[in-house]
Amino acid sequence: MSKFWRTMLRNPGGVIGVTILVLAIAIAIFGPLLFPTSPWRMVQRPFLPPFTVPGLPLGTDALGRDVLAGIIYGARVSLLVGLVSTMAALAVGIPVGALAGYFGGKVGDALMRFTEFFQTVPSFALAIVLVAILQPSIVSIVLAIAIVSWPPVARLVRGEVLSLRTREYVQAAIVTGQSHSWIIWREILPNALSPVIVLASLMVATAILLESSLSFLGLGDPNLMSWGYMVGAGRTVIRQAWWITLFPGIAILLSVLALNLIGEGLNDAFNPRLHKEGR
Amino acid sequence: MSASPVVSIKNLKLALPSGSDRPYAVDGISFDLVPGKILCVVGESGSGKSMCAHALLGLLPDTIIREAGEIAYDGRNLLTLDDTGWLALRGRHIAIVFQEPMTALNPLMRIGDQIAEMFEAHNLLTPRQRKQKALQLLHEVGLPEPERSVRAYPHQLSGGQRQRAMIAMALALEPTILVADEPTTALDVTTQAQILELIRDLQRRRNMAVMFITHDFGVVSDIADRVVVLQHGKVVEQGAADDVFWRPQHPYTCALLAAVPSMQPPPRAPLADRARAVEVVGLDKTYVSGGGWFQPERRVQAAKQVNFDILQGETVGLVGESGSGKSSVARLVMRLIEPDQGTVRLGDTDFTRIAGKALRRERSRIQMIFQDPFASLNPRRKVGNIIADGPIAHGTDPAVARQRATELLGLVGLNASAMERYPHEFSGGQRQRIGIARALALEPEIIVADEAVSALDVSVQAQVLNLLEDLKARLGLSMLFITHDLRVAAQICDRIAVMQRGAIVELKPTAALFSAPEHPYTRELLAAVPGKISSSRAA
Amino acid sequence: MPAFIAQRLAKAVVVLLAIVVFNFMLIRMAPGDPAMVMAGEAGASDQIFVTQLREKFGLDQPLPVQLYRYVKGIVTLDLGFSFRQQMPVAKLIAERLPATLLLTVTAFVISLLIGVLFGTLAARFAGTWADTAITILALIFYATPLFWVALMAILLFSVSMDWLPSFGYETVGANYTGFAHVLDVGAHLILPATTMGLFFMATYARMTRASMLEVKRHDFVKTARAKGLRDAVIQRRHVLRNALLPVVTLAGLQAGTLVGGAVLTETVFAWPGIGRLMYEALLQRDYNLLLGVFVVCSAMVLAFNLITDLIYRAVDPRIEFAS
Repeated sequence: MSKFWRTMLRNPGGVIGVTILVLAIAIAIFGPLLFPTSPWRMVQRPFLPPFTVPGLPLGTDALGRDVLAGIIYGARVSLLVGLVSTMAALAVGIPVGALAGYFGGKVGDALMRFTEFFQTVPSFALAIVLVAILQPSIVSIVLAIAIVSWPPVARLVRGEVLSLRTREYVQAAIVTGQSHSWIIWREILPNALSPVIVLASLMVATAILLESSLSFLGLGDPNLMSWGYMVGAGRTVIRQAWWITLFPGIAILLSVLALNLIGEGLNDAFNPRLHKEGR
Repeated sequence: MSASPVVSIKNLKLALPSGSDRPYAVDGISFDLVPGKILCVVGESGSGKSMCAHALLGLLPDTIIREAGEIAYDGRNLLTLDDTGWLALRGRHIAIVFQEPMTALNPLMRIGDQIAEMFEAHNLLTPRQRKQKALQLLHEVGLPEPERSVRAYPHQLSGGQRQRAMIAMALALEPTILVADEPTTALDVTTQAQILELIRDLQRRRNMAVMFITHDFGVVSDIADRVVVLQHGKVVEQGAADDVFWRPQHPYTCALLAAVPSMQPPPRAPLADRARAVEVVGLDKTYVSGGGWFQPERRVQAAKQVNFDILQGETVGLVGESGSGKSSVARLVMRLIEPDQGTVRLGDTDFTRIAGKALRRERSRIQMIFQDPFASLNPRRKVGNIIADGPIAHGTDPAVARQRATELLGLVGLNASAMERYPHEFSGGQRQRIGIARALALEPEIIVADEAVSALDVSVQAQVLNLLEDLKARLGLSMLFITHDLRVAAQICDRIAVMQRGAIVELKPTAALFSAPEHPYTRELLAAVPGKISSSRAA
Repeated sequence: MPAFIAQRLAKAVVVLLAIVVFNFMLIRMAPGDPAMVMAGEAGASDQIFVTQLREKFGLDQPLPVQLYRYVKGIVTLDLGFSFRQQMPVAKLIAERLPATLLLTVTAFVISLLIGVLFGTLAARFAGTWADTAITILALIFYATPLFWVALMAILLFSVSMDWLPSFGYETVGANYTGFAHVLDVGAHLILPATTMGLFFMATYARMTRASMLEVKRHDFVKTARAKGLRDAVIQRRHVLRNALLPVVTLAGLQAGTLVGGAVLTETVFAWPGIGRLMYEALLQRDYNLLLGVFVVCSAMVLAFNLITDLIYRAVDPRIEFAS
């Protein structure tokens, strides 16, 4: 395991990613303690450009709200939605994939048809429809993102399980009389885990993008300040006040970038062979 | 040695990148290639023999440093050749045939186009002529229906046919030197015999110098004029084939030769009036694939009315080429796959009719040793757990099971410290020993060994075979031994069943099968086994 | 080949039917009694009108009957009625569909061409500054929210530099005809198509690069080198062709994302396509229209998947009949 971390730390992208993410998490946890005022409150006159008034380094928006405070509170929503919806997607995708891959047959086929169906449906459009129908709230957003993002997990896990199932050590476990649950939990899943971890880190990134896109379209939780909402709100006044859209966008960009970098770093650390070989 | 060499390799030193298990891939080797002669480079895995092949074509990876030496060809030192120099040389003067023809051919290009590329690369002929030449070459290497094969994609040909196509490609520009890097290792024994014959024949007709790389002394004895024996990147012995075979000088060569199993079955004690340990009656298994709405069904019959029994303390061999169904039978006997029909009885228990808990309990009576030592151990579990997991699942107290695992490690010749280590810390042979310990941990009556020594180097193979034989005798086990290698089967089996296309075509005591084979397929198999010289030597 | 097409078409129809049924269930999930909602949308809510609506749309029938009617309607291209716009949903969508197709196809083609080109370059010069630059750029575009980059593009190219139009499909009131019209639409297309394509460009570049580096290690590339082929030929004929297969697969898998991108892009640039229509439906809580657009989007994805399947099959001879 120490070798894993050494490979990870030697990857500059991975280190940058981890640094940004740790920073973002710190902001999400401690930021609101430093900025106790609600991000919805009007603190100054509207359209204050950045770096003009001390205490409001990123300026104010069309309603005189502090842009920096919005970004700090938005970090909570983005990271939380990203994390929770990914967890939920994993909770559905891993069992579905594992069962379909391990038992195969009619049940496996049915499960995969079901998965394929959800993968064919355009995910963002489905998320829009779901949130619109369930009414925008943090719960419906998490639910919608989880529903559109579990199929790749199921497919990946199924593929891994299918190939691991024929591996000789799994056959050896069957032959020694192990139970199905032992074989799935002890022999197969631990060996299928690394690609799932990589995928999960990328899924958090995608979830953050999805959440911000939904909020941008006005489907965010009306009680929570989020980055996508801020960009959406600044959109109509972009000609007068560029900063209202610029800064929250950069926040989204950085966190998604960080997660992608971590995903790549993990991938390289799990598959070191890809990098060593020359031509 | 009348003709002068076309290529002289002198004191070649190739350095591995730092952090490898040894500093040099190839450490100061020298040998010559002579027109019209076949030089066999023999060695076990990691001996550096493939590096020689790659060096001759300038295909060494960037990470390998050419530290010293010379490859003299046509008044030039190939080690100092630049890229353009190599382009003119490769294919035209020096050609190569690789081990695995499936991966060595581009899956998206037709065979004919891949051969035509050979001419295109050197700006020879018109596109039309190239096509014709390709067809002609496929004729020459004996591909059936060359007109169709020339338009086929690699996946549409069999392994042997693909290798013939590779050879046709290599010969296209009539090179002076042909490098063959384990060209028959991936093939079945009868196909191997044909390909060896083909290479031999073409080499004579075209007076080529051939460098033939192999790990198999049987193959060496069939086609070599001269032999170079490599160990850890160094030449330990070289000379005329006869000298190396009959008067080996270096202890490593002697050991390698001694490790090649003989075709002469040793005498075995009769096993009459013993009870049956396993009885297999009328096993049928057909694989059906495809068969959707618009797809034709594909059926492969893996087992056709397979009948045999194994007496207590007996070893029965199941011999056949790839696709003969021998591995399917092993898996049917183990209940890793379900038969369409038929029965497997272990003693008095009908092993095919039980399920669930009862099946899991009875499984301890019959255990399996697998082929691939790198795939048969869970990379994320410690060796101690791998061995003790089975008994614990059957209710043994964990402490007792671990104690027993330690003893078993001793029994298979490993140190007790192995308990706390992970599989990747062991060599192939050691892993296979761990696999044997795992199988023995459940104190089975029967062991099924599926190509258990096929992936091992020949010296390690001999050790593992001895261990198996010894344990079997000591513990009074019965064994089903699946192999494609008749030599190995001759050494370890009491009786042998020959399989072809899912059916047993002949089942006889080993000595009788070798001395008086009845079925034509058995005769064909026996005739194809390489290395008549070494077998007569051992006799 | 015809059998293959028939098989895939049949499969697509089955999936589409499943989507329609799923859609039907979503309508039932919408808050409130559908008749009440419809009445609300129509601007009246007295009891008699609601009952009339119920009868008219068969909402008093048992669910299976309603489902049957709904599916039958869709088979005859009846996607329901938009009370807000006072028009059949199918007609609204049909008016807007060409604009979306123009945008999506342009964005897809641009991103595929440029993405593969840059991916090839990066793989060819792996480890050099060019590779690093392409990789970093691709990483950034891969992480950039589409709606935001669209706004930034407007800010930069329309507001600051005034190079390109940022709004709509054509210049309102200009009434260009012939070639001038094509040019006008083209100018309006540049910003939305490029911004929408950026993310996909990044994906294809990354995929092409990774895939080419992977293919390079295969034995057949060694065979090609052993033939004495020039490197450029090896790269093009042996490496790139094999490396494009996973890119095609990826393009197929991303069809859904492409449609999602259209919603955001059309919203930002006021492009009069079905994505924009979806946004309008969303603002007005026009569920019939919303779900109608959703069904059409799904059908587009299915069609796109079908095309990539066919391309894949044409390129890879190993795909016979089995999937």
